[in-house]
Amino acid sequence: MPATPVLPKLVGERVKRREDPRLIRGRATYVDDIALVGMQHLAFKRSDIAHGRIRAIDTSAAERMDGVEAVFTGRQIAEFLDPMPIGTPFPSPEHRAVAVDTVRFAGEPVAVVVARDRYIARDAADAIVVSYDPLPAVVDTEQAMTGKPAVIHKDFANNLAVALVPSGTGVTADGANVDDTAINDAFAKADVVVSQRMVNQRLAPTTMEPRGVVAHYEPGKGTMTIWSSTQNPHILRTFIAALTGLGENQVRAIAPEVGGGFGAKINIYGEEYVAAAISKRLGIPVKWAEDRSEAFVATTHGRDIIGYIDIAAKRDGKVIGLKLRLIADIGAYNMLLTAAIPTLTMMMANATYDIPAVRCSLTEVFTNKTPTDAYRGAGRPEATYFVERGMDILARQLKMDPAELRRRNFIQPHQFPFATQVGAVYDSGDYEKALNAALEASGWDRLKAERDAARAQGRLVGLGLSMYVEVCGIGPSASLPTGGWEHSQVTIERDGRISATTGASPHGQGNETTFAQMLADQFGIPFEHITILHGDTGVVKQGIGTFGSRSQAVGGTAIHMAGAKVKTKMAKFAAALLEAHEDDIVFENGTIGVKGAPASAKPFASVAAFAYRPVPLPEGLEPGLSDEAFFEPTNNTYPFGCHISMVEIDRQTGEPTLLKLVAVDDAGRLINPLIVEGQIHGGLAQGIGQAMIEEVVYNEDGQLLTGSFMDYAIPRATDFPRFELTATVTPTPVNPFGAKGVGEAGTLGSTPCIVSAVVDALSEFGVTHVDMMLRPEKLWRIIHGGRS
Amino acid sequence: MANTSIRINVNGKARAATVEPRLLLVHFLREQLRLTGTHIGCDTSQCGACTVLLDGRSAKSCTIFAVQADGSEITTIEGLSANGDLHPLQAGFWEEHGLQCGYCTPGMIMAAVTLLNDTPSPSERQIREGIAGNLCRCTGYQHIVNAIHHAAEKR
Repeated sequence: MPATPVLPKLVGERVKRREDPRLIRGRATYVDDIALVGMQHLAFKRSDIAHGRIRAIDTSAAERMDGVEAVFTGRQIAEFLDPMPIGTPFPSPEHRAVAVDTVRFAGEPVAVVVARDRYIARDAADAIVVSYDPLPAVVDTEQAMTGKPAVIHKDFANNLAVALVPSGTGVTADGANVDDTAINDAFAKADVVVSQRMVNQRLAPTTMEPRGVVAHYEPGKGTMTIWSSTQNPHILRTFIAALTGLGENQVRAIAPEVGGGFGAKINIYGEEYVAAAISKRLGIPVKWAEDRSEAFVATTHGRDIIGYIDIAAKRDGKVIGLKLRLIADIGAYNMLLTAAIPTLTMMMANATYDIPAVRCSLTEVFTNKTPTDAYRGAGRPEATYFVERGMDILARQLKMDPAELRRRNFIQPHQFPFATQVGAVYDSGDYEKALNAALEASGWDRLKAERDAARAQGRLVGLGLSMYVEVCGIGPSASLPTGGWEHSQVTIERDGRISATTGASPHGQGNETTFAQMLADQFGIPFEHITILHGDTGVVKQGIGTFGSRSQAVGGTAIHMAGAKVKTKMAKFAAALLEAHEDDIVFENGTIGVKGAPASAKPFASVAAFAYRPVPLPEGLEPGLSDEAFFEPTNNTYPFGCHISMVEIDRQTGEPTLLKLVAVDDAGRLINPLIVEGQIHGGLAQGIGQAMIEEVVYNEDGQLLTGSFMDYAIPRATDFPRFELTATVTPTPVNPFGAKGVGEAGTLGSTPCIVSAVVDALSEFGVTHVDMMLRPEKLWRIIHGGRS
Repeated sequence: MANTSIRINVNGKARAATVEPRLLLVHFLREQLRLTGTHIGCDTSQCGACTVLLDGRSAKSCTIFAVQADGSEITTIEGLSANGDLHPLQAGFWEEHGLQCGYCTPGMIMAAVTLLNDTPSPSERQIREGIAGNLCRCTGYQHIVNAIHHAAEKR
């Protein structure tokens, strides 16, 4: 008898991605690769001023151009498209996809052209003449809160989108009752108080694939198919159906290959609504492909939040009180999740520490800038930055090693689940283990000696350390307006192959690989026999999407649960075939057999075939092998870690160089460590980019000064040393795999640890804080004082 | 301006076309020849997603008019591997997890072809400098560097 091949277990292995062959051959299909017969192209005319009333729009020259199908002004669009909805419960001003009478940021659409090709569409958009009565541009966040120099939305006095919301110790869950006794006591009893204002600057997400959409309304069928570069096709379907007056069962939303998301492709954008509405109105397919200059103004920005932090501590370093006052600059409008993002900053203000009194407050402010929304980390990097920089300032004040200060304040492993002062319940954690792993991996004491030796030679070298904890695996349903679950349908086909759907629509995360690894182990069949289907509401019945590091923790669990249901049924068929009890059925190496009797085993495919032609049909069973699951976790997950960096600043030029970055990340149990490393690398790159070279800058007129890759620096390969990664593994109890999520982690710890390293390098100049980005000129001025 | 006739050899095939003089090479490849593996990531020649080989050297096809490529030989990502076998760089990117969303990947690979032609055994620094004209937002570049090392060793 030939030996049965033994299939290796794949969960936990560095399996190469099955997505890659199409991508490395140039055979993948992104939105802009789609061409439909009769398809016309959209181009938007956008405001070139930040704030003003539209006096007149002259579209006549555009309409006369050969190849132009139609031109619509905002007023004309408004006749057949309602204002854009948002996904948060906060009050929100009316937001038209195309401005009707007032423009509120440079780049806001004012008209749209439909034309035969993209060149003609652009020419025609350029030929539209718009005249404005300019209004003063509201640019400075804190000045905006005084209603100066203008009020942007008439019902929002002093430009307050969200007026002060308190949370934390002494505040009831609804925010209505506030008792200051505990927080005031903490500060009264403190030996040391440190306070710092910090700016977590505005960033541009810059997915390498800009956004794009193809909308195809078929008048004969009354159905809409919409392809979009989105992180969440099911949410897109819901909103497109609502705004086009169709049922969700008449809209098919497809996320084809998606070239990065980073939170910016969660939104349902005006261009998507406009494309759908115009396709429906004209009865033709239309495409819009964003170019990079547009992306800088038209795709949401991230971060842009000011934090005032106060930390009260005893002389031994024990933190007894923390206050964090937040002011978020959300730009001109509320987008899908805009108003909710800074609430995540409040939610994570407790960080990794057991602090008896924590008080936060949040104010959100309108300005004449591109709206903000989720950007990788979405609220959590901000919390980490403010608290960890605050802890670093405290350590410096106490002349204490920054690692030791953290150690004295950690929430201890036995305290989990841990209810924080700001409303989160941390699932599991061992923060000291991560800290120790980072100290060991970096050689912390040796690094300190190296730093001191470099300083003795006159070099400006510094070390930074940061802890982080973030909230991931978003669910349960109370935490998301869409619901906080994920869905999967697992089907065993007649030939024994498995098709599994997931609502977690990926854009680089490698879900096709990790989910297939899980199913291969679950059913004991070859990885190659499993196909993961995603990104198409016509194929994937339900779903939420991929954001908040939730693919594995929520989507992966849904797959596993649906798989378990089908497996149970398949075991019943096998039991009937093998004349055994279903509890004795074992799945392994591509066979299904009876425990202890390997010779009896049947090929997996033959049991599948029997299930589809069950003669006789076993009692109590329906034919077929397909089942679905919705998984809603009982809680979020809370991954954590510790990042350490070493930076050198050129004394002559002020230019900082990142010499070393050590990251210890605990994402719970890992399905594919290779993919996890890639996720961490990418997060680190964006966190380092924020610290060192990225910043969206507006001038006093509200004009974007960083509107291209020549002005907005995203990191290049030459900007990084090799990252040094280590993992600790603390499983979560909230899902069966114990996986927590890892997509955003890299952006959390890296940013404060680099700023702290720069402050450390500049310690001889008496500096306690430097705001990001760490522009050489800024550092040069510190080094050279008043000297020019 | 009047449309212009051009002849370009693309991936070993002679192609004749009549194009607007302002048509960018990248749009010619993507929209007229439907070779959509070459991507567009910016409009200022910074990102390198559109990199192809023009007469054997990497070039950003968003910065070249199709008419300027008249009479030349172009290789795009679709034409890089022969007989269905992966080019060593393609294999390297797969082996070393050198891509995530994949959007920058074709351009990154085409830039790396020239890098390895010029410097068959590059150092880490030479690789990083060699791909500094290509932006990736997903990977942090470390696995891309590994992928190019992998290809250099296998060539």
